[in-house]
Amino acid sequence: MAEIQFQDVTKRYPDGFEAVKQLNLDVPDGDLMILVGPSGCGKSTALRMVAGLEDISAGELKIGGQVVNEKAPKDRDIAMVFQNYALYPHMTVRENMGFALKLAKTPQQEIDQKVNEAAKILDLEQHLDRKPANLSGGQRQRVAMGRAIVRSPKVFLMDEPLSNLDAKLRVQMRTEISRIQQQLETTTIYVTHDQTEAMTLGDRIAVMRAGVLQQVGPPSELYGHPTNLFVAGFIGSPSMNFLAGEISGDNVHLPIGDVRIPDELRHRLESGLGGGRRGIVAGLRPEHFEDAALVPDRSNGTTFKTKIDVLESMGSEFYAYFVVASEEVSSTELAELAEDIGGADLPRATGGVQVTARLSAESRVHQGQEAELWFDARHLQLFDQESGRSLLAANGAQTSTQPAAAAISPSDTQPA
Amino acid sequence: MNRHKKQVGGWSLAIIVICVASLVPVLWIVFLSLKTPATATDGSFIPHQWTLSNYNDIFSTGIFTDALRNSIGIGLISTLLAVVIASSAAYAIARLDFPGKQLILLVALGVAMFPQISLVGPLYNLWRQIGLYDTWPGLIIPYMTFALPLSIYVLSAFFREIPWELEEAAQVDGATPFQAFRKVIVPLATPGIVTTFIIVFIICWNDFVFAISLTSTSAAQTVPAAISSFPGVSQFSVPYGDIAAAAVIVTIPVMLLVLIFQRRIVSGLTAGAVKG
Repeated sequence: MAEIQFQDVTKRYPDGFEAVKQLNLDVPDGDLMILVGPSGCGKSTALRMVAGLEDISAGELKIGGQVVNEKAPKDRDIAMVFQNYALYPHMTVRENMGFALKLAKTPQQEIDQKVNEAAKILDLEQHLDRKPANLSGGQRQRVAMGRAIVRSPKVFLMDEPLSNLDAKLRVQMRTEISRIQQQLETTTIYVTHDQTEAMTLGDRIAVMRAGVLQQVGPPSELYGHPTNLFVAGFIGSPSMNFLAGEISGDNVHLPIGDVRIPDELRHRLESGLGGGRRGIVAGLRPEHFEDAALVPDRSNGTTFKTKIDVLESMGSEFYAYFVVASEEVSSTELAELAEDIGGADLPRATGGVQVTARLSAESRVHQGQEAELWFDARHLQLFDQESGRSLLAANGAQTSTQPAAAAISPSDTQPA
Repeated sequence: MNRHKKQVGGWSLAIIVICVASLVPVLWIVFLSLKTPATATDGSFIPHQWTLSNYNDIFSTGIFTDALRNSIGIGLISTLLAVVIASSAAYAIARLDFPGKQLILLVALGVAMFPQISLVGPLYNLWRQIGLYDTWPGLIIPYMTFALPLSIYVLSAFFREIPWELEEAAQVDGATPFQAFRKVIVPLATPGIVTTFIIVFIICWNDFVFAISLTSTSAAQTVPAAISSFPGVSQFSVPYGDIAAAAVIVTIPVMLLVLIFQRRIVSGLTAGAVKG
């Protein structure tokens, strides 16, 4: 069995900087676990600690139930795909893929058989005798994967393997990786900063920020029930809109209007809000807006009028950008998210917050004109203004403070 | 167009001047080696009387051949030792960050740059006392003082060019650090090692100061020293022809080596200067 367990794992550098802070994470056998987060969040460091390429400062790392803190990479039975492939330039593809087996003194016949098998799975058969310098980026990436597959290790570790490929190739390789991982059923930890990759590939996703695990769960859970502002803003593209608001009694006062809190949300709302008014940050995903003219039953949300500043037509849908008069929602999480996508220096919308809405292709709104839009309040997200924590506790969902031993909680859809 | 022609004309002139200035001394020596002993000092550039007798002369006695043997042997051994020892030092310097690293590099550089001439007096006395005078080790050891630092510098520049991930990949693939070094790094650093070898060998080959001070007989005297002490016809005549012939014999192979490997040598000297 090759499940991986991080128990309070910490990485501290000599100058005191902690890249990974007391990480508690369980990766069940055969799972594809994605570590995702902005640059510098500690995901690559965590991966390299599993590989043995970084020392573990504190805590225990277990592979297959055994503590491996002190084991050299070669004794851990793991294989790694590096971000820039790290293929041996002086060896042919065949030799690259067979290198590990040769070091392990496997008989040549077996080496040939395994290399040919892997080459077949990855469609590399006609490249076996070429050198990496003569291959394209996609082919090199497949050789890097072949080098990992050939060893039939207990664990695959992938460090942003697709980030050096162009967009179309990335999408293609994504499905390849998913297919191969499912076929081989090897436990895999996959590091990426691209949330689309994370959502499409992972059985479970672990979002990290500044060395701290934010949330762990299947993609649908991170999308629908983010535990804090950071996860909410990170997952989903285009990202969630945040508006300052207030809760009083049964209603949420938003800049776009007052909404009665739907029953589904009210169950999940933290008790202890009681009466009185409370400032909150409301999260609204672009997908949950719609042209009011196309919504027959508007009872579950709120309608509002706004002038559409920019309308982008994707063919399959529209993206409408408009400004909502609201005080600026500022928080360190949002600032970090903006920095990560490079938007920290963009000019702020004057007079409020810019909101993105996704509208159906049948919508008849026009750029520069006023339109009536509807928001589905059943998908409203509510966050505490100071801590950024979600006020909607999903039943049994994990937050960053709970140990990931709760991996067997009822909210998980893993078969026992 | 006129300006273009003027530029081409000007450049051509400059190139011709430089070529002539560089090659004239070499040609001079070659012509000198082909002059008869009688006409050696008659001041003419191109010989009036041509002869190959100088070449015959130097090979007739055993002095030159012994000196050649010494030069080749001492040069090869010094270079091999320097390159082998320096590769592990250079690898450590390129890869690791240990306290005292800068100090070691500085000391190495300082040792290499120390004026050799100030060392020969004390070294002569010391070597005579411990019996290393006029022996091969007696020259090899001082040669290490400049061969090692130079090798370390050139080799560490080459090692730094090799991506760290390759060794990590090798480690993950199951190699011990030494296996990773031997099977992945060394093949990739071969151009660097060859370049270092050539550069260091040429420097050992050309050394004069140590050779003339620390050797005296054909047991260990290298070519530069031997040439300078060629016996003439009489005590007072200098055998210009013989010296020139010996110089030609010694210089031409080195020139060929450099010509063949020049691209490698230049890239070796500038390796690491710009990220490739």
